[in-house]
Amino acid sequence: MQQIINFIIRYKNFLLYVFLMIVSLGFTIQSHSYHQSRFFNSSNWVTGNILRTSNNVSTYFGLDQENQKLMEENTYLRKLLFNRTQIDTTVLDSVQQTYTITTAKVIKNSFADPRNYITIDKGRKDSVQPDMGVITSKGILGIIENTSNNFSTVQSILNEKSNINAKIKNTDHFGSLVWNMKQYNIVQLVDIPRLVPLTIGDTIVTGGMSSIFPEGIPIGTIRKFDLNTSKSFYNIDVALFNDMTNIKNVYIVKNTYREEILELEKQTETNGQ
Amino acid sequence: MVSNYYFLNVVRFLLLVLVQVLVFNKLNFFGFINPMVYILFLYWYPIKENRAAFIGLGFLLGIAIDFFSDTMAIHAASTITIAYMRPAIMRFVFGVNFEFQSFKLSNTTRVQQITFLALLIIVHHFVFFTLEIFSLDNFLLILKKVLATGTGTLILCLLFGSLFSVRKE
Repeated sequence: MQQIINFIIRYKNFLLYVFLMIVSLGFTIQSHSYHQSRFFNSSNWVTGNILRTSNNVSTYFGLDQENQKLMEENTYLRKLLFNRTQIDTTVLDSVQQTYTITTAKVIKNSFADPRNYITIDKGRKDSVQPDMGVITSKGILGIIENTSNNFSTVQSILNEKSNINAKIKNTDHFGSLVWNMKQYNIVQLVDIPRLVPLTIGDTIVTGGMSSIFPEGIPIGTIRKFDLNTSKSFYNIDVALFNDMTNIKNVYIVKNTYREEILELEKQTETNGQ
Repeated sequence: MVSNYYFLNVVRFLLLVLVQVLVFNKLNFFGFINPMVYILFLYWYPIKENRAAFIGLGFLLGIAIDFFSDTMAIHAASTITIAYMRPAIMRFVFGVNFEFQSFKLSNTTRVQQITFLALLIIVHHFVFFTLEIFSLDNFLLILKKVLATGTGTLILCLLFGSLFSVRKE
């Protein structure tokens, strides 16, 4: 007994180090396998408010550019609206809308890590929930991962855990959008079968297979493609439309039927077994 | 005098965390270099303090940075590693005389100070990027990041060090 106590006293620094190391590795590895840790994220009260204060100052330096972007988007939407052939008033009924949109501001952005997260200034109070889609006026951005009362963190498409259903525009050939952690303006589209005709410059949009994003949100254009090692699927490099280094205003997309879809899928799964 | 001492370290802790998360985490020099100047806290921290408290403080510092940058607990893991290894590194750089009562960081030569800082940075960055990338397939990527970010950190730490150095008495 005496010896054990002596041992502990003698090596207390080493034991403390090992203990703290195990704690931090535990947090890290746990989130590698499943989800970002619930507590270790920048959407909590203290970090959220500090980041927002800092962002309040820095947003003034990009107002011109940001206005320009919003004007361009408005022009595009106006064009769509004026050139519509039939006026459909029933769409305005909120009960029939499949997707609802909330705006938010980015208060922290990162794109240089293997797992990038973006923090935005809307949270549970604005009925933002995990697994909603986040887009910008130019294209897709990511998926909500954690929420607090006033803030949320977004798992960016520049995240090695990100996996989003995408397809080639005007076709129904879909694959998964992943990121190889190398460049912040290029993501990879995999699992497109070999028989699909591809051209450099083709547009990639989100597919209809996910219950998170609406179909047809722009992602980027094909920059380069080659066959994978098994020679049956393409590996495609996609140049993003979004400039991931400069993002200020985002839209949060909510699919109102998501719960229903998930429930149905779960039922089918349990029945099938 | 004693309270002044603690006060200085608390202020240093808070300022380094804020500077790190509000300025240097957004730097993205060449697209990926984000220098980690908060290592200076461990470089400046008094030598004769309780080691256990030092490791604990290192953990707090790392976890504070982790909260802001959404990196789980990677900063914490690498910071406690250099906090634990600091005496060994100091013995390597300064020889046995750092254990004497009269030893002061400001009394050592410039080369020794830079070597000490560089070793802290290399160990820290190596642990950090290994955990961050988490695969040995990308060993070259890890080395590249350690070298590039390490150089950035070293230069900025030296600049900060000369800006806020303790006056030689």
